[in-house]
Amino acid sequence: MTAHAQEDFAHHVRRYLYVFYALLFGTLVTVGASYIPFGNHAINIGVALAIACAKAFLVAGFFMHLISERKMIYGLLIFTACFFLGLMFLTLSAYGDFPRMTVTH
Amino acid sequence: MDIPYTVQPRPDTGLYNAKVGIWLFLASEVMLFGALFSSYILLRVGAPEGYWPRGWLNVPIGTVNTLVLITSSITTVMAWASLKMNQFGRFKVFHACTLLLAVTFVCIKSYEYHDKFTHYEITLKDGRFADGHIVSNDPKADHVVISGRYVQDRKDLFDLEVRKAPHHHEELTIPRSEIAKMERYGPWHHTYLAIYFTLTGLHALHVIGGAIVIGFLWGPGSKLWETDPERFTNRVEISGLFWHFVDLVWIFLFPVLYLI
Repeated sequence: MTAHAQEDFAHHVRRYLYVFYALLFGTLVTVGASYIPFGNHAINIGVALAIACAKAFLVAGFFMHLISERKMIYGLLIFTACFFLGLMFLTLSAYGDFPRMTVTH
Repeated sequence: MDIPYTVQPRPDTGLYNAKVGIWLFLASEVMLFGALFSSYILLRVGAPEGYWPRGWLNVPIGTVNTLVLITSSITTVMAWASLKMNQFGRFKVFHACTLLLAVTFVCIKSYEYHDKFTHYEITLKDGRFADGHIVSNDPKADHVVISGRYVQDRKDLFDLEVRKAPHHHEELTIPRSEIAKMERYGPWHHTYLAIYFTLTGLHALHVIGGAIVIGFLWGPGSKLWETDPERFTNRVEISGLFWHFVDLVWIFLFPVLYLI
């Protein structure tokens, strides 16, 4: 490996560390936010999921190198995302059909 | 005959074989966990008001486990980066850390499972409920002893929010003749626990599987570094992608199961 490439990688390593600190911070914020009474529990759920999405972006984007990946991987993931969203849509569209009293026994 | 593109990228995709393979595999994993997450949504919104548990899991323990997994992600990526910088010794150290963190995660998860399997809900014949961790359950004795509390309404067992309003627990001796039903907090006890054990159990299996692969690359598999360093580095990258995915799934599992 050339000296230039070494230096380039050292730069990457620094970036990994920043992402790591951000993930630690995000975890503590997630826990802290769950203690805050926003008035509506749906807001707590939204905040927790928003922070989780931000953390997931950091892991996928930097640790999994998705921010600089090849087109084929993007195509594959867009395809997966469509199926995943379709799955969630099917679940939510059946909202009125959920069996009631399923947890008491 | 050599298999082509194990090291060099294919000219058309710009990727080596294993990278395409792992991303296809991870795509299928997204659908697997996606199906379970949608089951969670279905069970949660289908639960009658006040009967979906809150505060049943220990948040500090879950937080520690989240930090453990995040730390293992950075050690994994640093192990790969070390190989890229031709520092095999550093790779060994970082991957050893990853393995230790994986074992730590599984140990903490096992402790949590043990906590649930020693937790009982006891329905008494007078209509009350006793809830707590078993202290003594000798089949020859005419009583059981738990560390817990009595409640009149079963609904009081669901919204604990222990971290906000701690409940007073004391040692309760309950004669067997007064017990109508006694059930531990296993997957059969409640749909929340069913999906909790399914999701975290499947995730823990992924952690164990990933740790086995990382352990192989750290141990006997590392001999490849001497003969084909680029191919070995690619293997470490692939195992790392899987490990980060495992971390990514936990990033969602933690708030969904522990906090909201």
